[in-house]
Amino acid sequence: MFLVKNGLVVDPVQGINAKRDILIKDGLIAAVEVNIAVSGDMQVYDAAGKIVTPGLVDMHVHLREPGLEAKETIASGTRAAALGGFTSVACMPNTKPVLDSKAMLETVKAVAAREGVVNVFPIGAITKGSAGLELAEIGDMALNGAVAISDDGKPVGNAEMMRLALEYAKMFNLPVIAHCEESSLSADGVMHFGPISSELGLRGIPAAAEEIMVARDIILAEAAGSPVHIAHVSTKGSLELIRAAKARGIKVTCEVTPHHLSLSDAAVRGYSTATKVNPPLRPMQDVMALRAALAEGIIDCIATDHAPHTSEEKAVEFNYAPFGLVGLETAVPLILALVRSGELELSRAVEAMSYNPARILGIGRGSLAVGMVADLSVLDPDLRLTLTEQDLASQGKNSPFLGVELQGFAVLTLVNGKIVMQDRKLAVS
Amino acid sequence: MTLVEKNQIMDADALRRVVTRIAHEIIEKNQGIADVVLIGIRRRGVPLAERLQAKIKEIEGVDVPLGVLDITLYRDDLTTLAYQPVVHRTEVPFSIQGKKVILVDDVLYTGRTARAALDAVIDIGRPKVIQLAVLVDRGHRELPIRADYVGKNLPTSSKEVVSVRLLEIDQEDRVILNEKVE
Amino acid sequence: MKWTRKDLLGLQDLSSDEINLILDQTAPMKDIIQRDIKKVPTLRGKSVINLFYEPSTRTRTSFELAGKYLSADTSSLAVSTSSVVKGESLIDTGKTIDVMGADIVVIRHQASGAPLLLSQNIKASVVNAGDGFHEHPTQGLLDMFTIREKKGTIQGLTVTILGDVLHSRVARSNIWGLTKLGAKVRVAGPSTLMPPGLAEMGVEVFNRIEDAVAGADVVNVLRIQLERQQKGLFPTLREYARLFGLNQARLALAQPDALVLHPGPMNRGVEISPEVADGPQSVITEQVTNGVAVRMAVLYLMAGGGLVDVPR
Repeated sequence: MFLVKNGLVVDPVQGINAKRDILIKDGLIAAVEVNIAVSGDMQVYDAAGKIVTPGLVDMHVHLREPGLEAKETIASGTRAAALGGFTSVACMPNTKPVLDSKAMLETVKAVAAREGVVNVFPIGAITKGSAGLELAEIGDMALNGAVAISDDGKPVGNAEMMRLALEYAKMFNLPVIAHCEESSLSADGVMHFGPISSELGLRGIPAAAEEIMVARDIILAEAAGSPVHIAHVSTKGSLELIRAAKARGIKVTCEVTPHHLSLSDAAVRGYSTATKVNPPLRPMQDVMALRAALAEGIIDCIATDHAPHTSEEKAVEFNYAPFGLVGLETAVPLILALVRSGELELSRAVEAMSYNPARILGIGRGSLAVGMVADLSVLDPDLRLTLTEQDLASQGKNSPFLGVELQGFAVLTLVNGKIVMQDRKLAVS
Repeated sequence: MTLVEKNQIMDADALRRVVTRIAHEIIEKNQGIADVVLIGIRRRGVPLAERLQAKIKEIEGVDVPLGVLDITLYRDDLTTLAYQPVVHRTEVPFSIQGKKVILVDDVLYTGRTARAALDAVIDIGRPKVIQLAVLVDRGHRELPIRADYVGKNLPTSSKEVVSVRLLEIDQEDRVILNEKVE
Repeated sequence: MKWTRKDLLGLQDLSSDEINLILDQTAPMKDIIQRDIKKVPTLRGKSVINLFYEPSTRTRTSFELAGKYLSADTSSLAVSTSSVVKGESLIDTGKTIDVMGADIVVIRHQASGAPLLLSQNIKASVVNAGDGFHEHPTQGLLDMFTIREKKGTIQGLTVTILGDVLHSRVARSNIWGLTKLGAKVRVAGPSTLMPPGLAEMGVEVFNRIEDAVAGADVVNVLRIQLERQQKGLFPTLREYARLFGLNQARLALAQPDALVLHPGPMNRGVEISPEVADGPQSVITEQVTNGVAVRMAVLYLMAGGGLVDVPR
C-alpha cells in the first residue's frame, strides 16, 4: 500500500481542492480522506507543501517510433513524460510508416507495453499515410486501441475528405483531432505573419491560415453531428469561432500548448530554431486571449504537442529547421507560472491537464476518485530549476526553455499505482 | 600612467624662429622653390606645413602646393592595436609626378611614421625626391631613416614623451618634454 | 568612437554613431579607389573569405575588390544554392573556414538569420552580404554614403523607397539606417508587396506612388524580382511599370534636385524608366563605386582587434 500524505489534493471531478491523504492499493485509489492513519504495511510519501493531482494526461505527443527513432523513441518519450509529471500520453500517428492500420497500432502498443514508462494511447491516422486521399481503416483501428484519429502535422486539405472522416468516425465514437491549417495561406511560412516576421525577413503564416480551417471544421462537425477536437489553437480569431460554436451547442473541443501560452512571436528574434513551431508563436494579444480562454473554459485542454527533433536537424538556418519543440518536461512549470500570476486557477489547470483530455479520448482516467486507476502526479510548486539539455529525458533537446529558471515541477509520478518518477529521478530500469 | 611635464623645449618665439629657419633651408637646399610641394603628415604636421608654406611665400612670394597625408592605412602596427584607428582623408590635390616632396611632421622618433608616409606618397605618384622636415628629432630610430630638416635635435630617454603643441590644435605654441610616471 | 563589434549583421543593431563611423571611414577609402595605385597595405596578412550561397556577381566582386584594395587575401566560395540537395551544414562549413584561418567571412545567404547563426559558431568576424529578406547592411550603408555625399547630411531628408519592400533586405537595411540618422522614410508599392509593421519601423506607407514621391529628396527604387509576378503578387509587368514604375513624370513631383538610387541590377522599363535611370538625377553608377569604398571601410573596421571569444 502506498500513502500520499499531507498534500494539497486537487481533483476537479470530485470537487476537491484541499489537504487530503490518498491511499493506493493494488494499483487503484483505495481511499481519499482528510487523515489516513499510517500503518506498518504502508509506504508513505510526505506531500506536505505539494500539489497532488490526477495523473496528468497529454493528448498530443509525437513519440516518433516507429521509423524516426533518431528523434525520439517510445522509451525516451515516455521517460520524458514521467519526468514531466504525465502518466498518460496520446501519440500522434505521423511516424514512419504512419499509424494508419491495426497492425501499426499493435506495434506501438507492443513497444509501449515493453518499453513505455507511462500509459501510451495511440491516435490513428484519418487518411491512409495521412496523404489526405482515402480514409484509413478507422473502424478497425477504433476496435484495436485507437483513442482518436488525426492527420496531425498536416491538415486534411480536402473538405469532403474531412466531412467523410467526421461522419465515419462518429460510428465508433472516435474523436477527430483537426490540425487546422490552410496550406495555400501558410505556404512556405516559418513564423507568424506580422511586424516581427517583417523585421526578421522571414516568410509569415497568417492567423487566417488557422482560422479558416477552424471555421471549416466547425461547420463540418455541425453538419455531421460529430465531435471535433481542434488541436493547438493559437489565435484569438480561432477562439472566437470556437466560443461561438460552443454557444450554439456544436460538439467542439480544443487544446492549447504551454508554449503558445508562454511565448509570443517576439521570441523568434535571434532566429533560435527552438522557437520554430507550427502553428507559429503568435503576438502577445493572442497569447493573452489564449490565457483568458483557458481560464474561462473555452479551451478544454492543455496539450504539449511535444515534437522532438535531432540537434542536427535544428542546428541549421531557421528556414530549413523542422517545426516543433519538446514540451513534456516543461509543461508543468509553464502552466504553474500562469497559476502564480493569477491568470489561471489551479483546479482549472489540473482539469485541463487531466480530466478533460481523458474524457475527450475516453480513456477512463483523470480523477482520484476511489476505485480509479492510481495514476497520480505530485507537483512541487516551489521547486526552481534551470534545465539544460542533459536534464531532459527526451532525445529531443529542441526547447526554448532551456537555460532559463522555471518554477514548479513534478516530483512524483505514479502510473497504475507504481512509482515511475520520484524526486526528479526516473524509477525505471 | 600619467604624463608629468619635465621641461619646456621651445616657446612660441623659438618655434617661430625654427619654422623660419627650416623654410630658408628648404629654399636653399632645393635652389629655389621650383617643383617643391609640401605635404603635412596628419595631425600636427599639417599646421606646420601650412606655416612653412606661409613663410616660404613671405620669402619667395609664391604659394607652394600644400597637401595633407593620412598614413593610418600604411601603419605597420594595425594588427597589434586593440581598435582600428580612425582613417582620415589624404588630400593631395595636385600631381606629385617629378616633384620635390617635402614631408612635414612634428616629431621624428622610431621612423615608422616616416616609413609609412614614404609608402603612402609613392602610392600617390612618383616624385623626383622626397625630403623630410621635422620640428624635433628625438632619436631612438628603429628604421634607417633621417630627416633633411630638423628644428631641434633632442636627446631623450624612452620614458620621455615629446609633446608639440600648436595653436591650431592645442591653443598654444610650445614644445614640452614630459615624463611617463607609473 | 571605436568599432567594438565582432560582426556586421545588420543596421538594426547599430547605433547612429556606429553608422556614422563607417560612413566617415568610407570617404578616405573612396579616395584610394580613385587614384592610379588602388592599393594600400593595410590588411596585409588578413584573409577574407566570401561565402556565397546565392549567386551575386556584383556584391561578391565588390567585396573581393574591397579586400584586394586593402591588400587582404581574398577568396570566394560559391556554395550550391539548392536547399533540396542537402550538403554540408552551414555551421560545419563555417567551422572549416574558421580553422583555415579566415579573419573575416563575408556571407550571402538566401535564409534570413544565416549570418547570425554563422557568427555564433565561428571565431572569424562575419559580414552579412545579404540574408534572405532580412538585411543587406553594406547596401544600406552605401546608399546612405551616396546620399550623404551628395546632400551633405541625412538628417531631415525625406527618402522614398519604391517597390517590393516585402521581399527586400535592401529596403530593411535602408529603413533602419536612415531612420537612425534622422531621415523621414516613406515607402510605396503594390499593397501585396508591403509587409506588415512598417509603421512600427518608423516608416510612412503610401498607397499612391505619386504621393510618396512628392517632395522627396531621395527616391530609392527597389529591383522587382520577376518571379513575384509569376507567383501572382501583382498582375503583369506592364501594369507594374504603369502604376508603380519611376518615370520622368513621377520624378518631377520630387524635389528638383532629388537623387535617384537603385541597388541594381535594373529592370529598365519596369521599375525604372531608362530616362530616369540614365538621367541627371541618377546616382546609380556612383552607388557601385561607393559600394566598394563602403566595403573597404567595413573590412578595415572589422579587421581590428578587440575580438570577442566565441563559445564552443
